[in-house]
Amino acid sequence: MTRKPFILQNPSVLIVLAVLAVFTLAVTLLSQAYGTGALPTSTVKVLGKTLCLALAAVAMDLVWGYLGILSLGQMAFFALGGYMIGQWLMYARTEVIVAEALAQNPIPPTPQELRDGVTNQIFGVVGSADLPLVWSFAHSLSLQLMLVLAVPGLLALVFGWLAFRSRVNGVYLSILTQAMTLALALWLFQNDSGFRGNNGLSGLQNIPGLDDVSQARLSVWFLWASAGTLGLFYVLAAWLVSGKFGSVIRAIRDDETRVRFLGYPVEGFKLVVFTLAAMITAVAGALYYPQAGIINPAEMMPIASIYLAVWVAIGGRGRLYGAVIGAVVVSLLSSWFTGGRAPSVHLPGYVVNWVDWWQVALGLSFVLVTLFAPKGIAGIFDRIGGLARPRRHGRDLGPDQGALQEREAKA
Amino acid sequence: MSALLEVSGISKTFDGFKAINNLSFTINAVELRAVIGPNGAGKTTFMDIVTGKTRPDVGEVRWGATSKSLLKMNEAQIAREGIGRKFQRPTVFEDQTVADNLTMALKAARGPFAVLAWRASAASARRVAELAAEVGLSDHTHRKAGELSHGQKQWLEIGMLLAQEPRLLLVDEPAAGMTLAEREQTTALLCRLAENRAVVVVEHDMDFVRRLNCKVTVLHQGSVLAEGSLDHVTRNPDVIDVYLGR
Repeated sequence: MTRKPFILQNPSVLIVLAVLAVFTLAVTLLSQAYGTGALPTSTVKVLGKTLCLALAAVAMDLVWGYLGILSLGQMAFFALGGYMIGQWLMYARTEVIVAEALAQNPIPPTPQELRDGVTNQIFGVVGSADLPLVWSFAHSLSLQLMLVLAVPGLLALVFGWLAFRSRVNGVYLSILTQAMTLALALWLFQNDSGFRGNNGLSGLQNIPGLDDVSQARLSVWFLWASAGTLGLFYVLAAWLVSGKFGSVIRAIRDDETRVRFLGYPVEGFKLVVFTLAAMITAVAGALYYPQAGIINPAEMMPIASIYLAVWVAIGGRGRLYGAVIGAVVVSLLSSWFTGGRAPSVHLPGYVVNWVDWWQVALGLSFVLVTLFAPKGIAGIFDRIGGLARPRRHGRDLGPDQGALQEREAKA
Repeated sequence: MSALLEVSGISKTFDGFKAINNLSFTINAVELRAVIGPNGAGKTTFMDIVTGKTRPDVGEVRWGATSKSLLKMNEAQIAREGIGRKFQRPTVFEDQTVADNLTMALKAARGPFAVLAWRASAASARRVAELAAEVGLSDHTHRKAGELSHGQKQWLEIGMLLAQEPRLLLVDEPAAGMTLAEREQTTALLCRLAENRAVVVVEHDMDFVRRLNCKVTVLHQGSVLAEGSLDHVTRNPDVIDVYLGR
């Protein structure tokens, strides 16, 4: 048997990468920094952020669509990634500002004075004068970049180990992930947790060392970075679910007990996928928040993770491109409808204002998709590709095993 | 010949109901055995205990030449030791192809990273084709298991068990829902499997057990009521009283 290369076995990967490349090129050519300027910088940022959300959705699809765990805490990892990179962005940026201010003094500042100045600047708002322990590595970009992966990865590993080992499943596991997320958000809301409470971290759009680069150019750079990362992890995820590993995790989704009796350590597989997905989500978050400019604990309230689940459901669970489509379509529609630019619908006696009604429409479409199109938007592509399984029911008509079956023969 | 599996003095109580009561059971490395008994006799609980799904309150389950205790292992570890289980209803992964189902069951390292590194080879493809041929699904390897008929699913699951190359096979009511012809095929297959491994068939269809023509263990209220050839146990007055008489 000759093995076809991975890419040829999965033509959808190529299509997604091509669409992503064309999209990135088009946005670049329409941007203010590198093109005609038809797209304002704020729009480029929205598109770049949308790519990050699509990456989070790919990770969610791995966990939910393939492994079958409805995790309602994915956005906690997303925000954690943002916080980790935000610490360095804010610290390094404040350090530059404080150093400039102190340079006016007749005596050059000692490193300690510089540190105190930075601490005051960052934590004065929550009434603290000491640099919290969790900021110990904030001066170093490489350390904080490692923490982007390590902190969410470790949290997922420990949480997953505890939950999967006690065989918590289904709704109970979903509730548990949600509780974890809520607890984390509530802890971050406190001023003494060391992450500036509900103020969060701000000014993240200013990248230290790149002061002379305009936001217009930065926004395109981040778009490239987001597109590249999405493409990279999309290929990784597609590779992961294509082989025997993918076979086993889908089997775990469909019948965990049976997989155990085949001899597979189910908990180990869950832990690997859950941890990996948490780290992918964290990378997405670390790219998202410098484009958003601000992060605060409200970002990781469970509702954000529920939105993520809705995107994946509408896009199509168990299809990676479904997750991307769902996240892109729904989040862009969402910002259009809630941005006040969608024209109101004038009904006799009532004006439907989309800012108020969008959430109702989103909720309704979620219910409708769940009921009538469980495969979501990706189901349309499956139908085009003829992937839909034939409807075969009834008994074999003849003694031969390839014989037509009753209902099939009638059709 | 030394025993492959030795279950001694196990008991299991569920909410005050004694599902298994001081049960002992031994099977040799190459043997076909039928376990019969009325509903609630503890047949399924017995299989659950051997495969690690349920832990007994007291007793010992020992395995293999080294008499390793199975009680501290989980289901997956026990399966890796070489105990395969066939459920009453066919449980195959319906969303995946017949070939995928068989590939998953092939004997290979089971850890997540080993599976990630595993690549299909000519040998593995040949083995899958062999197994598919053996259970009569050669023309269906690229179909999803969910599209197969009930009987074909049963056969696919048997193929998956063969792929695991177990040393002990526990089979729960294999004849349920099968036609007469399929039963005969199944009987032949089970007898053939027992030529080089231990097979335990749990069944309450007497005709089917008679066809297997093997040693029979009769369970009643969680313990062994009688053991021996089918003719021997059917003449046992206790057995007639609790099971056959009704």
